[in-house]
Amino acid sequence: MKAVTVNNIKKRYGAKKPFVSALEGVSFEVEKGELFGIIGPDGAGKTSLFRILTTLLLADGGNVMVDGLDVVKNYKDIRERVGYMPGRFSLYQDLTVRENLEFFATIFNTSIEANYDLVKDIYSQIEPFKDRKAGKLSGGMKQKLALSCALIHRPSVLFLDEPTTGVDAVSRKEFWEMLKKLRSQGITILVSTPYMDEAGLCDRVALIQAGKIMSVDTPEGIVSAFGKKLLAVKSDSMLHLLNELKACPDVEDAYPFGEYHHAVMKQGGQKELNNYLLRSGKAFELKEVTPDIEDCFMALMKN
Amino acid sequence: MRTLKFLLQKEFRQIFRDPSILRIIFVMPMIQLLILPWAADYEVKDINLSVVDHDHSDYSRQLISKITASGYFRLRDYTASCPSALRDIEKDNADLILEIPASFEKQLVKEDAATLFMAVNAINGTKANLGGAYLKSIIQDYNREVRTEWIQFPRFSPETTIEVTSSNWFNPLMNYKYFMVPGILVILVTMVGSFLAALNIVKEKEVGTIEQINVTPVRKYQFILGKLIPFWVLGLLILSIGLLISRVAYGIVPAGSFLTIYVFASVYLLAVLGLGLLVSTFTSTQQQAMLISFFMIMVFILLGGLYTSIDSMPEWAQAITKVNPVSYFIDVMRMVVLKGSSLTDIKYHLLTVLGFAIFFNGWAVFSYRKRS
Repeated sequence: MKAVTVNNIKKRYGAKKPFVSALEGVSFEVEKGELFGIIGPDGAGKTSLFRILTTLLLADGGNVMVDGLDVVKNYKDIRERVGYMPGRFSLYQDLTVRENLEFFATIFNTSIEANYDLVKDIYSQIEPFKDRKAGKLSGGMKQKLALSCALIHRPSVLFLDEPTTGVDAVSRKEFWEMLKKLRSQGITILVSTPYMDEAGLCDRVALIQAGKIMSVDTPEGIVSAFGKKLLAVKSDSMLHLLNELKACPDVEDAYPFGEYHHAVMKQGGQKELNNYLLRSGKAFELKEVTPDIEDCFMALMKN
Repeated sequence: MRTLKFLLQKEFRQIFRDPSILRIIFVMPMIQLLILPWAADYEVKDINLSVVDHDHSDYSRQLISKITASGYFRLRDYTASCPSALRDIEKDNADLILEIPASFEKQLVKEDAATLFMAVNAINGTKANLGGAYLKSIIQDYNREVRTEWIQFPRFSPETTIEVTSSNWFNPLMNYKYFMVPGILVILVTMVGSFLAALNIVKEKEVGTIEQINVTPVRKYQFILGKLIPFWVLGLLILSIGLLISRVAYGIVPAGSFLTIYVFASVYLLAVLGLGLLVSTFTSTQQQAMLISFFMIMVFILLGGLYTSIDSMPEWAQAITKVNPVSYFIDVMRMVVLKGSSLTDIKYHLLTVLGFAIFFNGWAVFSYRKRS
């Protein structure tokens, strides 16, 4: 049995004609105990998808099974066994850290003590502030508290909607370490993120754009499916260089990428591009690079 | 049941941790009950009067001193020119002008009849109306005095006269505070019962905490009950504080039993809580809920019979008061406090408000279900 099965999910907003289509037939499966990433830019439909998976929103079409249960028919049972951490901090800001955790434990008919081993690693970091009101915590600490509250009833599937958005680089890294530990406890984790560099930290990822899944694979699999030569170019006049790259008949796509421009080659390789750029007579630096998830995402978006 | 207990525990914790709610609960009733009844005074006093006396006779002076001696009027100006009196009205220095014609005394003596002219500044409607009426009755009184002075009435009056004496039942001294204070108290209970509850529910939506609650096994009815019960309790608490204040500050002891008041208030709070719940289902931010509440409280107060008598409203307005739960509670409070009505006397009110409670809560739960 898969932990999550999503089959041809559709969701539209607005009743009248110019409606917004948030999800257009999304399908994927998540194995038990997997750390599954849903990666896409803002507005791709990630939050809509998560709200459907956590029984907060009804889909217009398709069906979803979470932990072997239908999200529409068995929503009550699903709510007992999933954990959800919304993108926006939504715990009670006027209750203390301890009170929040206690509250969420008790409404799931359990106690902090019973599941302390599961949240210990995370909660111990904020325990020194347990009498502080949740609203007075820093962003990173809020995140840890929210994760603790989502975990306190030992869910079998954990949904994290953009947990690392607006969190500093160190806390992000820590957060992913925590997720890895949770996975080793046998919890299936679905995490959405707009950051492409986090894709490599997942077991498998789904790339989503404009309500459609473009690819579902392991991060390595997605990169190896890129299949084209990728070159990085740098010069003193970057804008001029980009125009030049786009004009080159051998270049399929060119886009800025950090301090370099990336050029996806239709045919040929480093030598051909080198010759092409030499004609303009300006100095440049050219090297071959291995594509990462962002390059793959750009390539998939073009198709 | 266990879940509900924890929800209530959380709710009370939040309420008693919020200093602004505490202030609303304890300070607002005190200020409103201690200050407002003094300001909401029905008696019109200190009406500014300008007298234009063209006569300067004995009789005219007698009339003027009678008017000023009544205590209701303040003589602002005593002139012999009409334009200067009119200027007083324009400058809002005078509310009334009384013009005494030049031949007032002569006509009164010779022809047994005289005319007076009265002009009323109608910008302040109540003051103008009542002032005019007061002045008229004083002049009539004066008229009678003049007649008794001249004509020796026979022992038994040849013409039938009907004399009316009135006595005020249930409020012998016509102390308006006795009926204003219970009314203001009703408004307070209503505000806490419905609007505080509505704001509280909407806050969960606005902050997003309802999202987190919705993915837990907490049932909708548990969530709603967890919200309604605390404010039901708070409403009764405010009522008790208010009754205590009216006892201590105004010496108002209900003629009827407290039980009657509390039984009715418990049912009434269910109705207004339902209304609050309804507001919360139709709004998504506290600001929206606040503005709707402002609108409703205005309707409640002006069409609830607090300041103006419902019987003197036009018929369509009276029809609206029939669907205003506040008007029933104000009525009941006055009946119980002043008249000592018992539960059987107010059973019609009680049943109607129970109907409101079922209607509002039913509607709120229905639309809650539809939206989620």
